[in-house]
Amino acid sequence: MSHHVTRRTAMALGGAALVAGVAGITPAHASEIDERISEFTGGAEAQSGRISIDAPEIAENGNTVPIGITVDSPMTDDDFVEAVIVLAAGNPRPGVATFHFSPASGEAAAKTRMRLAKTQDIVAVARMSDGSFYRENRTVKVTIGGCGG
Amino acid sequence: MSIFSRREFLQVAVATAALTGGGGPLGLTRVAAQQAITEADLLGFENHGNVTLVHLTDIHAQLMPVYFREPSVNLGVGDVNGLPPHITGEDFLKMYNLTPGSPEAYALSSVDFAALAASYGKLGGIDRIATVLKAIRAERPDNTLFLDGGDTWHGSYTALESRGADMVEVMQALKPDAMTGHWEFTLGAERVEELIEGLGFPFLGGNVRDTEWDEAKFESTAFVERGGVKIAIVGQAFPYTPIANPRWMMPDWSFGIREEDVQANVDAARAAGAELVVFLSHNGFDVDRKLASRVSGIDVILTGHTHDALPEPVQVGNTLLIATGSNGKFLSRLDLDVSGGVVKSWRYKLIPIFSDVITPDAEMTALVDRIRAPHADKLARVVGRTDTLLYRRGNFNGTFDDLICQAMLDEREADIALSPGFRWGTSVLPGQEITVEDVFNATGMTYPATYRINMTGAFLKEVLEDVADNLFNPDPYFQQGGDMVRVGGLGYTIDPLKSIGSRISDMTLVKTGAPIEADKDYAVAGWASVNEGTEGPPIWDVVMDWIGKQDTVSLPENRSVRVVGM
Repeated sequence: MSHHVTRRTAMALGGAALVAGVAGITPAHASEIDERISEFTGGAEAQSGRISIDAPEIAENGNTVPIGITVDSPMTDDDFVEAVIVLAAGNPRPGVATFHFSPASGEAAAKTRMRLAKTQDIVAVARMSDGSFYRENRTVKVTIGGCGG
Repeated sequence: MSIFSRREFLQVAVATAALTGGGGPLGLTRVAAQQAITEADLLGFENHGNVTLVHLTDIHAQLMPVYFREPSVNLGVGDVNGLPPHITGEDFLKMYNLTPGSPEAYALSSVDFAALAASYGKLGGIDRIATVLKAIRAERPDNTLFLDGGDTWHGSYTALESRGADMVEVMQALKPDAMTGHWEFTLGAERVEELIEGLGFPFLGGNVRDTEWDEAKFESTAFVERGGVKIAIVGQAFPYTPIANPRWMMPDWSFGIREEDVQANVDAARAAGAELVVFLSHNGFDVDRKLASRVSGIDVILTGHTHDALPEPVQVGNTLLIATGSNGKFLSRLDLDVSGGVVKSWRYKLIPIFSDVITPDAEMTALVDRIRAPHADKLARVVGRTDTLLYRRGNFNGTFDDLICQAMLDEREADIALSPGFRWGTSVLPGQEITVEDVFNATGMTYPATYRINMTGAFLKEVLEDVADNLFNPDPYFQQGGDMVRVGGLGYTIDPLKSIGSRISDMTLVKTGAPIEADKDYAVAGWASVNEGTEGPPIWDVVMDWIGKQDTVSLPENRSVRVVGM
């Protein structure tokens, strides 16, 4: 199977993560996020840039928030994105999904849906084939709503 | 023939001066005599360039002329503090060099509203709008483009009763080149699709997608040619519809600002040969001001949603932002000279629709009469009388909401009442009768149940903080464009410049003066809940029952909200 993550598999991945994410109501501690990231990076410093996170400014439904991750990369045999982890910093269990790519993926892009318990940062970290790492954050607001113009 | 001749209007203007007190602080006597206006004045416009844009937005189904008081409090936070439209009252008059007591001052600001309203009369009326539109089209038959910014199929009894059909019929007669929407969606997805089916002009919303496949729900762009110029109209529905309004009414549709999609649609329009790109938007003014600074290639943004009426465009880079007000009070005319894909120059007029000056269009009057005839008796029924000017607009409270909150407190025997910070709803002058129509203009919508539930003090605080952040988040992309939730029986202090969780303090139960306790339960009545299955009588029944029990409505000044830090 190609490593290209289709929308269908990405949604399935998101679904799996959702099940993992619903236990408990205590948000992840900042240290847990850092731990998950350093587990992924092996302690290497993540640079900023190259990742774009597509997410709504305000979630329409906190139970299923669509997000898209795109990493700028030529995706050649010499230079490609190996993997991207997505974390929800304010959820009780921060892990949302890990996407694996290869040069055959063509592009490093994936979509998923996640549950967000409250307003929080979505964190994405990408591991490149040369061993470098990139990181991006994006805030998604979860609101009670109900009083628009 | 207009209802007021020029001569009569002059007399009215002079009477205004007398009414508001000669030699008062605003010097009304001196200026009022110069303030006569005629239909020719209102329609007067020196043609310019090759394209004429006419914009109407947020009329909230007001077919008849209305009183509508503009806000006296409309705070801006962050970069927009002190910039239009966050200028009100006398500061607004000074900024735009408007003479106090003049027709323009009456139409555009809250200053001396009740007194000026009594003399200048109502604004709007779709038959007057039809007259102005016809006149512009007659003058510029090959150059005119007419666009409707939405919030058109909602806000009156007849729109509610006909589920938007009355407004569709009226707009089909006016023939816009495109529209977008917001409150339209509260008719329910199925009804919206049904109405769009037979609309006869494009319903645009490039930011609406279906939730399952993430595919575009509506066309994003319409192309037309006017005056030899190829024009793209890119439409943007209200981005936060499923959050600010009930998501269950359009469960399969997803909205959002989707800035990258806007850029892509604008780029695609340019690539397809558009020489002029018009963004027909229901984002709200501050959202569009930010968007204009980040999306390139838009020549004109016709803003909507936040109900701002500005007598001049706001320029952001090469983009002109137009704010046409609400409730049919104004029509915007923007003439553009477009050449080589660039706007070389422009001329603008925000035309106030003075209903006593502009001759109604006979065909449209007949149509409106036909729509209203079956309901005429009900609409005209008097439910009470008011000594207080009733209005809604303003960031923190409006007297019509004070009335609604008091009605809920009394009729539902609650400790606290919550009423949403909508920006629609017309005004009633002191000394006037309150009719069924007035009540529906302030309450008519598709999720009117008046609930009564217990809420803890902590939850009430969360509600206030949440709504305050929708209004005062310094990043406009997080603003939903309503005003602060209105409260009855509850007092609080707000510091708009603080962040979410820290803006609200000193919450007090008015009837005892005791501080609100986080763990304590309070009986709360409210309406317009976004939750499905909310139960209770429709708010208009609660309000009319209460008004019927009053001798005359007379509301004390609302001192329950204290604003600090600005």
